Amino acid sequence: MEKVLMKGNEALAEAAIRAGCQCFFGYPITPQSELPAYLAREMPKRGRVFLQAESEVAAINMVYGAAGAGVRVMTSSSSPGISLKQEGISYLCGAELPCVIVNIMRGGPGLGDIQPAQSDYFQATRGGGHGDYRTIVLAPASVQELVDLVYDAFDLADMYRNPVLILGDGILGQMMEPVVFKERPARELPPKTWATTGKMGRQKPNVINSLYLDPVQLEEHNRKLQRKYQEIEEKEARWEVLNGDDAEYFVVAYGICARIAHAAVEMARQEGIKVGLIRPITLWPYPKKAFEEVISRAKAFLTVELSCGQMVEDVKLSVEGRVPVYFYGRTGGMVPTAEEIFEEIKKMRGHS
Amino acid sequence: MKVVFERPKSLQPTKTHYCPGCGHGTIHRLVAEVIDELGIQDKTIGVAPVGCAVLAYNYFDCDMQQAAHGRAPAVATGIKRALPDRVVFTYQGDGDLAAIGTAEIIHAAARSENITVVFVNNAIYGMTGGQMAPTTLIGQRTETSPYGRDPKLAGYPIRVCEMLATLDGPQFLARVELTDVKNINKAKCYIKKAFEIQLAGKGFSLVEILSPCPTNWGMKPADAIDWVKNEMVKVFPPGVFKEPKEGNV
Ligand SMILES: Cc1ncc(C[n+]2csc(CCOP(=O)(O)OP(=O)(O)O)c2C)c(N)n1
Ligand code: SF4
Repeated sequence: MEKVLMKGNEALAEAAIRAGCQCFFGYPITPQSELPAYLAREMPKRGRVFLQAESEVAAINMVYGAAGAGVRVMTSSSSPGISLKQEGISYLCGAELPCVIVNIMRGGPGLGDIQPAQSDYFQATRGGGHGDYRTIVLAPASVQELVDLVYDAFDLADMYRNPVLILGDGILGQMMEPVVFKERPARELPPKTWATTGKMGRQKPNVINSLYLDPVQLEEHNRKLQRKYQEIEEKEARWEVLNGDDAEYFVVAYGICARIAHAAVEMARQEGIKVGLIRPITLWPYPKKAFEEVISRAKAFLTVELSCGQMVEDVKLSVEGRVPVYFYGRTGGMVPTAEEIFEEIKKMRGHS
Repeated sequence: MKVVFERPKSLQPTKTHYCPGCGHGTIHRLVAEVIDELGIQDKTIGVAPVGCAVLAYNYFDCDMQQAAHGRAPAVATGIKRALPDRVVFTYQGDGDLAAIGTAEIIHAAARSENITVVFVNNAIYGMTGGQMAPTTLIGQRTETSPYGRDPKLAGYPIRVCEMLATLDGPQFLARVELTDVKNINKAKCYIKKAFEIQLAGKGFSLVEILSPCPTNWGMKPADAIDWVKNEMVKVFPPGVFKEPKEGNV
């Protein structure tokens, strides 16, 4: 299969087209702008829809309309833009509409900067919009994985009738790496009999809606959603463990941060420190099992993030106080070096 | 026996929740009659607003999506772009369309999105209990303009048709008052025209209907109709603001 050198944002865009994305609606923001630019060039050529909306609010609501009409649809943005999309994401979850939402994160809060960050973790995994809902969150660590997870994102969205977030940071969007677009056998997916396509001979009209004025019905709807989220938690958690076989200490990191942390783990190994890396691939559902599998021999965990400490809460929830959990984070667009993380690994070993 | 009056096929056989004397019920019927007459029930997708017509999906017998407050034109854009050979309409109040959803309506119109908008202007927020709308008249008392709308404090009413008429995108813009049989027939004629323009692939069409809200105006239904006729039309003059060159209504 042919390997091509591509920028993360563009590779992601190409993968979306290959995964059958029929419509894209977006609004420009750095550092993800190459993605809509690529789609603006390529979508019309391949008979698909590209539309630049007047705002992120409009873009996510266009996604709602197209998803409700039964086609594969995507939008992308970066942190402040995703904040604006939260209204629509809550409605998409309430109405159970499948779509893919890409967040190539930058520093915040507020306008922040345009450097890479991972400080939208809470927003992505806890909701961000109103109501009891969850979105599946995928966190690739390379351009290749960015591509591979796009296919999964569309499948998971259709499978569970739920928005799926791809959470990357500015580095992933901007970096160039070789990628292969692997053709994959299509996953068996339920037909979209619920879509509003016009009745087209159907007896009863289809309705896309998130309004339940009767509290009994709304509670029932919420319970149904929670059962779905539980099923996703049981079936869809993904992670990778590196240098883990004999490890007593673990670094936990995702996305680009995991790449740097892995280099630090290798450095520590050179000095005989038995340390491994847990790399969550799904941030929701959080891969708690990864911790269960190693907890009997683990002496401590070190969470490394491009934030002031967000995922560390999930690590603590997974570890349940059984061993110490340490945190090291850089923020504002600063990225830690492998040496910095190596120092933190040594400190972790010193403490415990 | 000859049937001279019956429920349009495109309306569900159910009671609506609208107050006595409210315009929404009549306007629903007009839209449904037009859908029937054009024979497009099977390929029509409606978008319901947030406002008194939020439950429109229970009343129309066609596929429907319920949109977030003000976002109906964006939702309709998504549907129409995904399924360009279907007929897509939004049904929106003045709070929905002219306040929170101003950006969405202006840009759908500017893109000449090939959709039809039914815009119900009752100069007030009905559903939330009668607050000031962007279309509330100067001096009009509402829950949030209890001393009458003062332009120094709350600005001036927005004329949506006139504003949109400055754009090149819209293909049909018309305003009509829902006050008597003649005007109700005219409203239907405009709505039909608006759908026909969409069917011909010409682009954006909108019909604004001045409609009574007796409940929140604190008037008897008959007085509310008089108020539309005597006060609202002064600020919102009825007429056709834009139409394709060859078209007559
Ligand atoms: C984001 C958001 N803000 C506010 C509301 C509350 N709300 C519901 S209906 C409405 C006003 C609707 O008024 P209008 O569009 O004029 O329709 P009418 O009820 O008069 O028919 C408001 C403000 C909401 N549901 N969502
Ligand atoms: S509150 Fe006004 S707009 Fe709403 S249903 Fe009653 S009369 Fe109609």
